[in-house]
Order: sequence, then C-alpha cells, then structure tokens
Amino acid sequence: MNNFDFATSLAHAKFPNPIFTASGCAANGRELSAFFRLSDIGAMVTKSVMSQPRSGRATPRMAETPSGMLNAIGLQGPGIDTFLKEDLPWLDANGARTVVSIAGESVEEFASLARKVRSAQGVSAIEVNISCPNVENRGLVFACDRNSAREVIEAVKRSVGNTVPIIAKLSPDVTDIVSIAEEVMNAGADGLAMINTLLGMVINTETMRPTLANKTGGLSGPAIRPVAVRAIYQVHRAMPDVPIVGMGGVITGNDAFELVLAGASAISVGTASFHDPSAALRIKGELESLLVARGFKSFTEAVGFAHRGEL
Amino acid sequence: MVKVRGLANVNAMGASGGINPEVSQSQCEVISNKRVGAYHHITLAAPTIAEHARPGNFVAISVGDMRSSMLLRRSFAIYQTVPRGPFGGTLEIIVAPHGPGSTWITQREPHEKLDVVGPLGNAFKIPKDPVRALLVGGGYGSAPLFSLAETLRQKNSRVEMAIGASTAERIFAPVEGKRSVHSLMIATEDGSLGSKGRVTDLFDNSLSAIDIVYACGPMAMLKALTEIGRKTGVLVQCAVEESMACGVGLCMTCVLPVRDSDGVIKMLRSCIEGPIFDGATVQWDGIGTIPPGTYGAPR
Repeated sequence: MNNFDFATSLAHAKFPNPIFTASGCAANGRELSAFFRLSDIGAMVTKSVMSQPRSGRATPRMAETPSGMLNAIGLQGPGIDTFLKEDLPWLDANGARTVVSIAGESVEEFASLARKVRSAQGVSAIEVNISCPNVENRGLVFACDRNSAREVIEAVKRSVGNTVPIIAKLSPDVTDIVSIAEEVMNAGADGLAMINTLLGMVINTETMRPTLANKTGGLSGPAIRPVAVRAIYQVHRAMPDVPIVGMGGVITGNDAFELVLAGASAISVGTASFHDPSAALRIKGELESLLVARGFKSFTEAVGFAHRGEL
Repeated sequence: MVKVRGLANVNAMGASGGINPEVSQSQCEVISNKRVGAYHHITLAAPTIAEHARPGNFVAISVGDMRSSMLLRRSFAIYQTVPRGPFGGTLEIIVAPHGPGSTWITQREPHEKLDVVGPLGNAFKIPKDPVRALLVGGGYGSAPLFSLAETLRQKNSRVEMAIGASTAERIFAPVEGKRSVHSLMIATEDGSLGSKGRVTDLFDNSLSAIDIVYACGPMAMLKALTEIGRKTGVLVQCAVEESMACGVGLCMTCVLPVRDSDGVIKMLRSCIEGPIFDGATVQWDGIGTIPPGTYGAPR
C-alpha cells in the first residue's frame, strides 16, 4: 500500500499486524485455515484449554440475541497435553503466531498449565482466561475478585517468568474494571485482554423456560461493543503504557478503529467469525485502509488517539 | 468476499474429522425463489459449490449484510446441484420460514445475492455394490434425499422413499424428484396426504428386503428409525438437524453425544463430524445432556 507500519507489540512479543482471533471463536485454527492463511493475521488466539479433556455443557448452548449471541459452551476441549501435542505444532507449522489461552478451576491449575505452555515451541503469548462466565459458581470467576485475580496472575508469573508475555483476560461484569486491571498488572501481567462476554440470559417464551441448558451464558457481538469501548478507554486512561488486546463486537475495520482509538494495541475478532469466517482477514484490510486514509503513518500512532489532549 | 480455494486441502492433511476440504465462501446470486407448499425452493448461482457438493452436504448462509442484527448463519441441506446448466453451476435449497432469519432468506428475489459457505459437513456413505435402500425424510428433511436417490440409482441400487410431515403442505416431494425413486410412500399426521400417521408407522417395526436406511429429519424420527434398524440389523445413516451458529466448526454449539470407534462417547460437532452419523452411534436419549461416561465429562 505504502510505507504504513502496521506492526504492533504486546510487551516483548511482536506482531506484523494487530488483528487477532478471539479465544473460543476460532477453535484451534484448522477450520479458519480453509478461508485464509493464518499467518496473514497478527495472531491466532486458541480456545481456552484446561488441564484435562472437557466435554463442555449440555445443549442448547447458544441463543441468537439482538446484534449478538449468548453462549454457554463450558470450555469443551482436548486438554493441555493433546493441545500441545496436536494443535500447537500444527499452528506453528502453518506459520501462525499463537497466543495460547489457558483456563483453570484453581490457582494451581493455572500455574501448571502455564508451566507446560512455557516450554512449548511456537507460543507468542499466554492469555490467562480468568473471566470465563460459564463456571458453576460465580464466585469462581477470578476476574471478579481482586484477590483471586492477583493470586492467579502471580502464580502464572512464577511459572513462566519473563519467557513469554502474560495477557490477563478481564470480565466487564465488575464495578471497577480499572482496579482489577491495576491488580493484575501489579501481580506481573504484561498486558490485558478485554472484554470477555457479559453474563446474560434468554427465556424462550414458547417453552417458558431459559433457552440455554446452562440457563445463563456469555453475551457477545456488536451489542456489547460500547461496553468494550468504555472498559478499554477507562483502563488505557489509567495505565496508558499497558498493552491491551481489545475485543467486543468488532465486525468491520471501523469497529476495530473505535477500539484502537480507545486504547487497544491489538484487536481480537470473535463472534464476527461466526457471521463471516473470513472476517479477521477482511477487518485487517479495512482497518489498514482506514488508518492510511486518516493519515496515520503507523498503527501505534492511533492507539489511544481518542485520549489526546486529556489531562 | 474472499474466495480462497485449495488451502484446506493442504492444511487438512493429517487432521481427522476436519472441515470439508472443498469448502469456499462466495456471494451467490439468487436465480429463482419459488414457493412449494410451506417451503421456498431457492436456486443460487454457485459454480464452485455445485462442482464439489455431494449428497448430504450442507451450506451456511448469512442473514443480511455485516450490519445485520442477526449474526448467526443458517444452515441448509443441499437439495440438489447442477454443475453445468444455463446459469453455470447452480445450488438448490429448500427453506422453511420458521424464524426471522430463515424468513429473511425466503424473501430474497432474483438478482439479489446471498453470502454462502459450502459445501460443508460429511456426505452420505454410498455402498460400492447395488443395494436395496430406504430413504426416509421428515418434513423438508426429504430435500437432500433426492440427489442421494439419483446417486444410488446410478449404482443400480433399488431406492424406496418415505416422507412424513404434519400436513400435506409440509411434504416436500417434487415431481422430478419422484422420478429418482422406485417407490414413494407418504404419511401425514392429519391424513391430508398419504397414510394418516407418522412416517415411521409405515414400517411397522420391520424393514423386510432393505439393506440400508438413509434418514433426514427431526431427532425423534431419527431415533425411532435407528431403533427399527437395530431390531432388524439394518444400518441407518442419519442426517441430524442440530442448531448451528457458524456451520464451520468454530463455535462448538451443534454438538451431540456420539460413540466413536473406540467405544468412547464424545460431544461431536454435527457441522464437522456430521451431519451424517451412523444412527447406532448417536446417544439419542442423551441429546441435551452430557451422558455419564462421556469423554471429559464433569466428575
């Protein structure tokens, strides 16, 4: 196109462009690779993986909602050992830069997952998913409690040291997201991913019961984009040097631009991939054209641009 | 829209149960949209899909453009394809307008375009040698069975078909489709066409002179047929209708419990490992649950 510099970085991890997939919306890459080369986007963020294989929840797991969807998958997955043996090497062989998302039910599980991921080949960063809303006990959402959030991030940091950046994934379902963000950064996180889904519910008016087998689920899609913009804006304002992977209902390059202006250093494309499996690659092209048209010389110049002139 | 073909062929190597290697995404022009009873028969210009689709495959269609408030794709079994015709390759689907998304699709007019991903999913397994096949469709579940009948007849198989629905206008049995089968039985619950009752009542728990059953329709019908097949020792290939959000294996919403070749029950995606399953492997009573002993079940 020209000399526009589209590169971004999260702590010491470098990426040729800022468009990532979102955990849980891209499986582990094989399916999307039928639609575009995974190496063409900034990074592939894999589905949050746990220590053991996991069946996930009963169906129905999903309901369409206005400009969004509700899901309660329950972290169905192969378990970390199979993931590291089969999925990660495949991603590496296909040129993907991979952010491995991990999820645990205890501080120890997070620490042990992080240890295994640290020694694997082809990991650009670790996303620590402390905010999955689909857990049995809402008290277990680590990101909803400052102490729990800190304990997990400290344990993961002890496991990986400075070998690979740690990205803490935050929930918007808190009163003060800035205080949680500060807590995890002080605990050793290298960056933040936000926002995870919001807890919601749909009741089927035919059956007069909740639609999802799990009753509640995580709300995603354009319906939650203003919440993402607000959360990213608040956290960037408080900690302008902290890299943020922004996500929440990005469907177009212009939507991605909005999150960048709020302060995101990378953008994850989630639910949009269900609507259009080529979305991540399309959004990358749209965002680049838009930034060039607005006169930016590099992507990083635009990060947090909505804050200019603020005290 | 991006159209990348061939990548999956390379990338799927070594992967078991991967996405259909022939899948592509394209903007497909509506050639025609005709009302057939309670359904719409929509023909789309889709040369790449038409070239590669096999009986049992499906397509996933988006509703509206990227500003749509309905984000999830709607999946439809392929009724038939014509690889080379007056409009180039075409793809035909049968759509029931039962929600706002499917209703929007049935309102498309010729020259409008739809974003179509396909072919998706696995295909009906076709025996090498001639067989006596029974094809059973529930409602518009009969749609993918006519191209299957055509393929079976090319292998010199004998093809009987049975279609059931609540009422006559929900029986999809086009005249040209009827030519693909040796016999056609119809059952409606209100008796407005064919025998009164359910399609499974037609067999009275017996499948004499049948080597294989192919079925597409509601879960209750598939379960009943699987049971009849089990009693008589006949293989029943079932195309399931499970609710999908993406159709391409990303979202993990269309899973159902299926016993794999090692005897382990796994939550498999009907869009990738299906939609066609050997009925005997599906844990019909466990749908909507995580059956005890399922791989990775909570302990």
